[in-house]
Amino acid sequence: MQSYSVLVVAAILFVLGLLGVLTRRNIIFILISIEIMLNAAGVAFVAAGARWGQPDGQVMFLFILAMAASEVSVGLALVMQVYHQHKTLDVSKLNNLKDDIEV
Amino acid sequence: MNYLFYISSIVAIAATVMVITRHQPVHALLYLVVSFLGVAMIFLSLGAPFVATLEIILYAGAIIVLFIFVVMMLNLGRESAIQERQWMQPKTWIGPSILTAILLGELLVLLTMGGSAPMPQQTVDLKKIPLSLYGEYVIAVELTGFLLMAGIVGAAHIGRHKKKYLHRFLKQEEEAV
Amino acid sequence: MQEVLFLIPALPLVGFLILSLAGRHLSKQVIAVVGAGVVCIAAIATIWLGINFLQIPPENGAYTVTLWRWMSVANFNCSFSLRVDALSLVFLFVITFVGALIHIYSAGFMKHDRDYARFFASMNLFVCAMLILVMADNLVLMYLGWEGVGLCSYLLIGFWYETTANVQAANKAFYITRIGDTAMAIGLFLLFRELGTLDIPSIQNAAPEHFVKNSSLITSIALLLLAGGMGKSAQVPLQTWLPDAMAGPSPVSALIHAATMVTAGVYLVARMHGVFQLSPFVMNITAIVGAVTLLVAGCSAMVQTDIKRILAYSTISQLGYMFLALGVGAWSAGIFHFFTHAFFKALLFLAAGAVIESLHHEHGIFKMGGLKNKLPVVFYTFLAGAAALAALPLVTAGFFSKDQVLWYAWSAEGGSPLLWLIALAGAFITAFYTTRLMLVVFWGEAKTHVSEAPGRLMTWPLIILALLSVVAGFIEWPHNLLHVTLFSDVVQKVLPPVTEKEPIPSEAIFQLIAVVATLSGVYTGYLLYKKNTSIVAKWKQVPALVGLRNFFFSGWRFDQLYHTLFVRPFVFVTNLNKQDVIDKIYTGIVSMFQWLNGIFSVSQDGSVRTYVISVLIGIIFILALQFIL
Repeated sequence: MQSYSVLVVAAILFVLGLLGVLTRRNIIFILISIEIMLNAAGVAFVAAGARWGQPDGQVMFLFILAMAASEVSVGLALVMQVYHQHKTLDVSKLNNLKDDIEV
Repeated sequence: MNYLFYISSIVAIAATVMVITRHQPVHALLYLVVSFLGVAMIFLSLGAPFVATLEIILYAGAIIVLFIFVVMMLNLGRESAIQERQWMQPKTWIGPSILTAILLGELLVLLTMGGSAPMPQQTVDLKKIPLSLYGEYVIAVELTGFLLMAGIVGAAHIGRHKKKYLHRFLKQEEEAV
Repeated sequence: MQEVLFLIPALPLVGFLILSLAGRHLSKQVIAVVGAGVVCIAAIATIWLGINFLQIPPENGAYTVTLWRWMSVANFNCSFSLRVDALSLVFLFVITFVGALIHIYSAGFMKHDRDYARFFASMNLFVCAMLILVMADNLVLMYLGWEGVGLCSYLLIGFWYETTANVQAANKAFYITRIGDTAMAIGLFLLFRELGTLDIPSIQNAAPEHFVKNSSLITSIALLLLAGGMGKSAQVPLQTWLPDAMAGPSPVSALIHAATMVTAGVYLVARMHGVFQLSPFVMNITAIVGAVTLLVAGCSAMVQTDIKRILAYSTISQLGYMFLALGVGAWSAGIFHFFTHAFFKALLFLAAGAVIESLHHEHGIFKMGGLKNKLPVVFYTFLAGAAALAALPLVTAGFFSKDQVLWYAWSAEGGSPLLWLIALAGAFITAFYTTRLMLVVFWGEAKTHVSEAPGRLMTWPLIILALLSVVAGFIEWPHNLLHVTLFSDVVQKVLPPVTEKEPIPSEAIFQLIAVVATLSGVYTGYLLYKKNTSIVAKWKQVPALVGLRNFFFSGWRFDQLYHTLFVRPFVFVTNLNKQDVIDKIYTGIVSMFQWLNGIFSVSQDGSVRTYVISVLIGIIFILALQFIL
């Protein structure tokens, strides 16, 4: 088993997550895709740590885990709030920050 | 161990593909659990049993549960699945697929370009992880503590059910309409 | 003695600070006590200082005290130091003593005014600035006082700012004196470049060695300084602001625009006599400016109908006498005329203020009349002041000083018969318009009802000033009579003595001629306005005389001239550039950025997907760079 094969798996997982973010319109699916991307990054870290036999990769994974946990809790709370106020989960309708400047 | 890695990689990638193509949120979440389990197996094959355990407990356990709760509270049933089907036209996939394929190609080229070394097969000593966590990374641990605190407070604050409140810009817009 | 020197300008400053910071919380009585009190204490301190000065003259003839270093840049050092010599002492005495009397008078005069505290605060600040001006040891500090009095003059002319005309008058005074101030600043820069110092004693010492007499450099410096003095002292051609400055309250006119501030130009020329003496050409210019001014202003004073404008033009005219005296080299005569003039002109303004106040703010003299019996105190004091202004022989202060100026206008080094003749004509005119003013205001029949007689606060300063108008001249007698020279003895410790021409004609003949001119002026006034008023009525039928009268009335049309020469071309040019050509560049830049903003704001469409795609394209691009580089 070569070290790049793990990184290739991580890259594929990351790109799949990115594809999900780009294609889906439902915020919940976008959040799920972001989780996949974070997970892929964690895989890359752990692989790098294993390659050199050092614990740092696993430590980084722990931080990513904590970050993902707080991100998901805030993100889901935002989803609840968005649904409550706009009665939709469609991100293409949540574009109130559009700059309507007329020239 | 090599076979374990390749099989679990294939399972993880296949499950992830299923996640991003599902119409029903609950189905997507179930495939996500499978994907996480696959990744946990990859960790195990890399000689990292501790993070594999954490992957299962926290990702496949806690975070998925959060998602499921939200899906239940929003009551996303058949209507949302129909909605998703309408949104998932093949043409919406073309552009993002091309872009991500380019990115993947670049990543693969870069990863294979730098040469490779065989992965060592021994497990990283579990004792080393907490020692370095509370040694050189102690500041990062503290900061992570802040982050989690902020996450809890933020989630509690944002998720509270209050009466519809609009930002003042949006309010003006609404009045104008 | 030197240690308490700083108290004299500091006291009015303290008064200003108290009144401006806490004025609105104080009762009018407290304000009056603070406002007038600090100046009175300063006056007492000055008198004490003067007595000490005269009894035990200090070394070098001056008290000097350095309070602190003001600024120090490279080889330029400027300290906040005060210096009192005989010349400063004369000015100090007039400023604080007359100032104190005017403050006391104001306490009564302004008692119905809303902005009592603001008035006294500005007056105190003025006194402080004026004291700094005359006590300054270096020209930078003097310039501070110079601008300070200009500011206070502006504030007080526009004191009743609700009326637009008052504000315009204040602006006019400010702008026109600014012309002179700028010239003076340039003169100071030149002096500093040449001598490397602005300390007054060092300039006096270094100037004769450094400059070649009559060189163009010293001439231009002296001319610039003279221009500064002309602006402040309202000399032709910068005199037009002073008649309008009468928009301020009467005590302001008395203090600032008669007794003290307008004589700052005289002080400057006298103070810088070392520079002026190096340029006889500029000395001649000074004398000619003075002579022209006294004639121009005198003619205008003859036909005015507003009591304060008559006095204003007469002030300009008397300032002309002072400049004439300085110009011909009769330094102490000029300062002596300032000294007596301060008393009787302050008195005339204060008395005029009392008259105006009792007649419901009536300014026109032809609507007054018959006030002789109704306001006896004002009448007698006004009479004393007017007699001094007209220079009635022997019994008034004005006679002694003006006689000296007239005499030196011929006999001093820079004098000439022509200057003497103009000054003599001026004396005739002065006597004439003073008589006219007296007769029209106080004799004849009453035309306006007298509401209230001035209170004691107002009459006492008048009486004291009237006494001084009579006796102040006795300290200096002509050479052929008595020969008392108390004043010039003191002043000549600082100012150079007069060098007289040879051969000198007999002084007595000149005095006789001057007396005759004065008396004939008085008689002409009496003839035209009392005995035989039909002559004036007949003259009003002659178009040429009416045209001349209007010409004089408008102040020789200087205002119209400046309007045509400066204001209208300026307005024309500004109209041409209404679109502001240079501004086009900036509006162009602004519209370019607005255009760019319009383009880039397309990218901000509010959609998360667009942003993610943008980020993705960026990542792809950066990774692609890895292959290229």
